[in-house]
Amino acid sequence: MPTFTQLTDLDREAMLQTIGVGSIEDLFADVPADARFPRLDLPPALSEVEVQRHVGRLAARNVTVRDWPCFLGAGAYNHASPSVVSHVMGMPQLATAYTPYQPEVSQGTLQAMFEFQSLVCDLLGMEAANASVYDGASAAGEAVLMAQRITRRERVVLSGALNPQWREVIQSYVAARGVEVATSEVALGASGALVADQVAGLVDARTACVVVMQPDAFGRVHDLAPVAAAAREAGALLVVATADPTCYALLRTPGAWGADIAVAEGQPLGLPLQFGGPWAGLMACKSRHLRQLPGRIAGQTTDHDGRRGWVLTLQAREQHIRREKATSNICTSQTLLAIGVSAYLSLLGPEGLREVARQSRAYAAYAAAEIAARTAFRVATPAPFYNELLILGPVGGEAARHHLVERQILGGVPARSLDGAYPDGLLLAFTEMNNREEIDALVQALAEVGA
Amino acid sequence: MIAAMPDLESARTVVTAGPQPEPLLSELSHAGAPGYRLPTLDVPEADSLDAVLLREDLPLPEIGELDVVRHYTHLAQRNVCIDSVFYPLGSCTMKYNPRVNEDVARLPGIAHVHPLQPDETVQGALELLYRLQQALTEITGFESATLQPAAGAQGELAGMLMIRAYHVDRGDARRKKVLVPDSAHGTNPATAAMCGYYTVAIPTDAHGEVDLDRLRAECDDTVAGMMLTNPNTLGLFERHLQEVTSIVHAAGGLVYGDGANLNAILGVVKPAEMGFDCLHINVHKTFSTPHGAGGPGAGPVVVSELLEPYLPTPLVVQGDDGSFALVHHRPKSIGRLKGFQGHFGILARAYTYIRMHGEDGLRQVSQTAVLNANYLRACLADLYDLAYDRTCMHELVISGRRLREQHGVRTLDVAKRLIDYGIHPPTIYFPLNVEEALMIEPTETESKATLDRFVRVMRRIAEEAADDPELLRAAPHLQPVGRLDEVTAARKPILRWGAAGSEE
Repeated sequence: MPTFTQLTDLDREAMLQTIGVGSIEDLFADVPADARFPRLDLPPALSEVEVQRHVGRLAARNVTVRDWPCFLGAGAYNHASPSVVSHVMGMPQLATAYTPYQPEVSQGTLQAMFEFQSLVCDLLGMEAANASVYDGASAAGEAVLMAQRITRRERVVLSGALNPQWREVIQSYVAARGVEVATSEVALGASGALVADQVAGLVDARTACVVVMQPDAFGRVHDLAPVAAAAREAGALLVVATADPTCYALLRTPGAWGADIAVAEGQPLGLPLQFGGPWAGLMACKSRHLRQLPGRIAGQTTDHDGRRGWVLTLQAREQHIRREKATSNICTSQTLLAIGVSAYLSLLGPEGLREVARQSRAYAAYAAAEIAARTAFRVATPAPFYNELLILGPVGGEAARHHLVERQILGGVPARSLDGAYPDGLLLAFTEMNNREEIDALVQALAEVGA
Repeated sequence: MIAAMPDLESARTVVTAGPQPEPLLSELSHAGAPGYRLPTLDVPEADSLDAVLLREDLPLPEIGELDVVRHYTHLAQRNVCIDSVFYPLGSCTMKYNPRVNEDVARLPGIAHVHPLQPDETVQGALELLYRLQQALTEITGFESATLQPAAGAQGELAGMLMIRAYHVDRGDARRKKVLVPDSAHGTNPATAAMCGYYTVAIPTDAHGEVDLDRLRAECDDTVAGMMLTNPNTLGLFERHLQEVTSIVHAAGGLVYGDGANLNAILGVVKPAEMGFDCLHINVHKTFSTPHGAGGPGAGPVVVSELLEPYLPTPLVVQGDDGSFALVHHRPKSIGRLKGFQGHFGILARAYTYIRMHGEDGLRQVSQTAVLNANYLRACLADLYDLAYDRTCMHELVISGRRLREQHGVRTLDVAKRLIDYGIHPPTIYFPLNVEEALMIEPTETESKATLDRFVRVMRRIAEEAADDPELLRAAPHLQPVGRLDEVTAARKPILRWGAAGSEE
């Protein structure tokens, strides 16, 4: 029998007798006989010891961000995560529960969802948040659909400096809705630096929303006042998307810029990289848009004795009630990861998170100066930038990366691998997990290129 | 309160926590409490930013590490979970989550790999994904798989977008109608709507199956496809499945398989052989990955040759030299649905589970799940009305109609009373086409003793409904909170700390 069942032969016999059939096979009489019990050509079953050995060997063939210095970003960032975060996410009462359909026995989950919503609002400067969606990119997709529902308009404007994967996800989400997507161009100026994003100029009276990234995909921090003004004037919504929300330890929040919807990737807030997931998408909005916010939401209430408690609320937005009229088909939040994010923010506190942002910026600034001074590469991201940079040099992004891998450095993402229209450079990201020694090694390796 | 104690079974009663409320993180905050310490910065400070770019304050909690740990320990104690109680939540497959999965997922080579590392530095991860693609197509009989979707609902979106892309690619733009049985999950119509389709509900016939005449009547040249769960949400195998898929195909539509109930049919039948064109797989149900209090899941989609060109990107492929690579650009792909290559950490757990079972093990998983459900059916048939009195698959749907009519006790009250006995209630009031429904999915990992106890408790509750219906209406009796005011919660939402409920 399979490892995780508990019935004995005697149990099975007694149960079949109670049911009134002769064999387990008899229970499958409804399945067409010619298709019943097919062969499955699968590798033989492994014991626990063998499976640990097998997957352990596969895992050992991956370089990890702990093995080599890592300067990869572009939507996923190697920030420090306190040990407590993974231990909290490993608590079985959190990990092996499901959606809190029965609030009396799910107060732990519901309170944790409420706390997460509160922390997201505070971090992003927004008024209301859901309990998370799949990831930052799908949050951006949901944000655009939400803006379309609110404004009843059929055109969206995207910044070309919005992470290309996030733009692709938005495209997939709106593809079936006949929505027109306009994207601003990314260009290098005469000086060799990226020119300012012209996205505000694309916003018109048919525009449902304009989506900008802060900091943008090249690490640049923008004054969002002009695009916010353009959106306001056109009656369009402003959506601010953020790939590394540790920046909001320092930066003016989406809410303060006037964002109607803010979305962000939760991974940099203490979640393991895991080759791409699972993470959590942060999604928040102005209160007046609440009824169009998709996803699970926990709300505070009281029981019959006046005791404080929490329930899933505003469910009239959701698929199990509204079916085809729902705000989204989503029926889960990334609760366990959202709990990890809350634990991270609580452990770091304001001082800790500020230190993360301060160090990330400082290492990026140091690297920028060193690369400019000591290598044939130049920094194409204009100041001010946060923790990510585009560099251009004597070779293209792929060749530069290849050289760094030979030096055992996980050294950046070729920009053209993300978007074929991007300049042929290398995107480098920095966090508090780096240090001077690692960056000096990076600079040294880059100096060898085209020297 | 003593009278409310379920004496017979009290030894197994699970109280989630004591009466003391747990403060919010914001209430635990203590200004100046030392936070997590980072390494010391060893390069010069960056230039300061222009003031217009800076935020004013950063209102995060300040809590010491021990008190953060205690907070989450206390919250955890306010939950029941698979590890603490029988959790027969229908349609959710709350089977045991093997601990070895967790160990594997925490290996550095699984947990600490960046998704944009060069392919040559992630060959083990790509091989794992490739092997999982192969296993999932073999189990379901399809041609190819995408592992990208983040959850079942996103798998549905992927599948329906592929069906749409197929029609559009053929220049067939008239097809706007999607057929969905009236017993379907709400995600089905919601997904169809996200794809720009409208849905038509097909009624369930007297045997609990798709009404073939009504299906034929709706199958015209505007049908894009049908979304079908098999076994269906009544826990029944659709005996005319091949006819259903043939009718839809004859009209030019494709059939989307909702794999929510795959746990019933591993090694029992391959959905592709029944005429499905694609199928999503909830690995957090069938392949034992933890439900995470509501997520994460993962929702791979397997497809026939017809839909293969439209699969989302990226895909994992194996080259002639045996190495593995991610393919990001495919001309007819529906594109990306989320960042990167899917919920790798979850997929690694699912792969581990599949490798521990192999062919016979997986078949026995489904056979045992079906045995357990039918055992409960046989044991409960005299007290509760079966929605449809026939052999079920991995779950059964019963109706509490009789208790309501005779004693004024509703299914909600039965569910809340189960909590007093230390059992997580089944799914209730679903499917929508069954009055006072209780949808019970025991899964294969439960022992006969646990099932027998559940039966005793359900009998006891039926007796209580007759003797003392108020006991049920006031349940649960022993939890840190009683029934909560959901109406006020929705009317005056308080969705974060420090905010008054002023909305509408």
